[in-house]
Amino acid sequence: MQKINFLSPDKNNLYAYLYTGIFLFLVSVFDVSLNSFLSINLTSFLPESISFILPLIIGFIGLHLIRIEYSGIKSLDLLNKNINTNSFNAFLSLIIIFVIIKSLPPILSWFILDANIAGDSKDVCTGTGACWTYIKIWFNRFMYGMYPNAEQWRINLSFISLAFLGSVGYFATEKYKKYLTLYYVVIYPIIAFLFIFFFISGGPIFFDFSYGIIAAVVSIIIGFFIPSKYKMYYFIIVPFTFYILLKYVIFYEELFELGKLEALVWVETGAWGGLSLTFIVSFFCLIFCFPVGLFLSLGRRSDLQIIKYISIGFIEFWRGVPLITVLFMSSVMFPMFLPEDMFIDKLVRVIIAISLFEAAYVAEVIRGGLQALPRGQYDAAKSLGMGYWKMHIFVILPQALKLVIPGIANTFLALVKDTPLIFVVGLLEIVGMLNLAKTNPDWLGFAMEGYVFASIVFFIICYAMSKYSYNLEQKYKTDR
Amino acid sequence: MDNRGITFGYGFLSQESSFDVQFSLIEYDGSHSYFRAYLVGLLNTILVSVIGIIFATVIGVVVGIARLSNNYLIERTAAVYVEFFRNIPLLLQIFFWYFAALRALPLPQDADPMFGVFFLTIKGLFVPAFIWNNLDIFVYSIIAAIISIIFVRYYAKKKQENEGKQTPVLLISVGLLTILPLLSFLFGGSSFIVEIPVLNQLSQNSYNYTGGLGLPPELIALALALSLYTATFIAECVRAGVQGVGKGQKEAAASIGLTPNQVLKLVIMPQALRIIIPPTTNQYLNLTKNSSLAAAIAYPDLVLVFAGTALMQTGRAIEIVSITMLTYLSLSITISIFMNWYNKKIAIKEK
Repeated sequence: MQKINFLSPDKNNLYAYLYTGIFLFLVSVFDVSLNSFLSINLTSFLPESISFILPLIIGFIGLHLIRIEYSGIKSLDLLNKNINTNSFNAFLSLIIIFVIIKSLPPILSWFILDANIAGDSKDVCTGTGACWTYIKIWFNRFMYGMYPNAEQWRINLSFISLAFLGSVGYFATEKYKKYLTLYYVVIYPIIAFLFIFFFISGGPIFFDFSYGIIAAVVSIIIGFFIPSKYKMYYFIIVPFTFYILLKYVIFYEELFELGKLEALVWVETGAWGGLSLTFIVSFFCLIFCFPVGLFLSLGRRSDLQIIKYISIGFIEFWRGVPLITVLFMSSVMFPMFLPEDMFIDKLVRVIIAISLFEAAYVAEVIRGGLQALPRGQYDAAKSLGMGYWKMHIFVILPQALKLVIPGIANTFLALVKDTPLIFVVGLLEIVGMLNLAKTNPDWLGFAMEGYVFASIVFFIICYAMSKYSYNLEQKYKTDR
Repeated sequence: MDNRGITFGYGFLSQESSFDVQFSLIEYDGSHSYFRAYLVGLLNTILVSVIGIIFATVIGVVVGIARLSNNYLIERTAAVYVEFFRNIPLLLQIFFWYFAALRALPLPQDADPMFGVFFLTIKGLFVPAFIWNNLDIFVYSIIAAIISIIFVRYYAKKKQENEGKQTPVLLISVGLLTILPLLSFLFGGSSFIVEIPVLNQLSQNSYNYTGGLGLPPELIALALALSLYTATFIAECVRAGVQGVGKGQKEAAASIGLTPNQVLKLVIMPQALRIIIPPTTNQYLNLTKNSSLAAAIAYPDLVLVFAGTALMQTGRAIEIVSITMLTYLSLSITISIFMNWYNKKIAIKEK
């Protein structure tokens, strides 16, 4: 039996060190857990400061004893390599473990154990934990804002159908894949706009929308039976004729006068709000800012001096000012430049402002990708006789955009996170609704629950977006 | 514009503003001009930006290095922090700190002092103030110390280039920074008294601290949220920068016999900084611009004082919004010019 030197553990007395070390480490963890979960202090007979620091010392000695290199035990080596490489790391690991153990009970009790969710008034929230009843009661407001309760199915229906239409890309077969870009860039935004404008906004104009849909669907179904020779003429003439027939001859008078089908109630944009408004604003800004940013980045690298300097000025201006002043500008300054009888909706102004603002950032990101491409790509494309647009569309942009997927994703994330700022023009999306609910006299004092709820919602959205962009990046990654 | 009866001009700036601002770095009340109000807002914006930048840099560098640690627990903790704070809108974080976290603080009369002199209450953080005697001599001594440090650095660099010897610049700098101000206390006649905040009863149930330095809760919430949010981005920049330095550099430096400290100081950091600086500049700019969210919690910054209150009172939307935007534009341009200069200085000088 060799002499045991506790200052430098080695492999010779492996198990002696191992058992003592693990025992000491477990003792320290046990002490802290008892203290934290059951509030029993085993070392209460000691002075307060020593009793506080004792588990740290015991655990530290324990970790020191099991720090044996190449012990031959796989799990021990793994442990040493990951949390116990030297004294400093062991100390930090211990602190992190203890902090986690210490903070677990209060967090658990606040979130779950002492929280209330039953009931429908403030009175049930007597515990020290969170009052999820508040979230439950206000859930509709947080999701839909001031949108009338009876009409909320319109938002749900629009979002569900848009999500369904958006997922078309996954189901498309090889044959139709080439049309997907066209679909997502042009057709899908138009459909989305129609949904938002006619369906969520509502009003008598809804009839036009529904006639349009009926006309389109019916004529597409009939279109399958038309010989391909005449298809083009058919699709130019028939849907419009059908639409006019529907609108002015068959239904119009009858429906309105007999009141058989009431028009969808018009909901002004001021009443929209909550998470659905976050989605609407982010969606449209995302769609608009990308092409604008693309053209700005091309403009900045243009050979035409005027276009170049206009683009630089535009980009640097928007990048230099905070979004909140841009929104101020759109709400107080912009209307002054309009003719007196002209009025642009608040939501539209906000969407334009945010789109232009984010477009400047997108432009800089895309410029980075354009600059990263080697000169040879341009020269090769030119030597094939391609013009400016052909070269950019078929050679440069596909490569450049692929390079900047992470950057664009970051900009889009920033956009989503910027949407709460629209409170300055009086539009209340989810954070704005929280602030409104917080001041309701019946529900005072639940600010924390609201913010935690909104944080979780935003975290899920943004985290999912960033993971998706990471997948996209991996998918389009080509070794160069 | 004409048919709406709006006149255009900047004359209103010299008119009496007749509104009050709760927190201001320079002397201000309602009898001062709108221009003075503008200055108050601007200084408050700069104050919160500077505080935010300092804290964000410190937290960001620490977390960025923690993300590179080979300790699994530390690396995960840092990653969770970054993922969490980065994915929540800044405005929500500001609201959270201001309306939820800081509202849970004790009332002034119930506050426990931290280290006996700091009072963190619902009305803000009260810290001891220094009341100076002959402050100018102290300031001169610090300026002198900084100038001599610059000389020492210059000399040390020359010495290293010529003879290959290293001078302990850091030790000398710290020494200079302590000795020269100390001399100003001993011989220059500068001194200070520490004024500790004292609890005063204002009325039946209302207490507050007087004396000392009071930081309003708006400032604390804003600075906290800004630095915690921006630090996540800076941490990612730092991580990317250190990872961007090739492994071969480290091994080559070690193989010519440099100590680990020297490897970090002379080989890794100069190269990593080159990658870190440009994106970090962007983050500083973002922080400055994001400080305008102060308007949401009524911290009297440029947007709230000038584009808010002053605009409501005068109705001069075009002038005020354009002045505000130009101010931010010039702030951004100033920071970016400075950082570009710094970036150029440390960039690889290709022959």
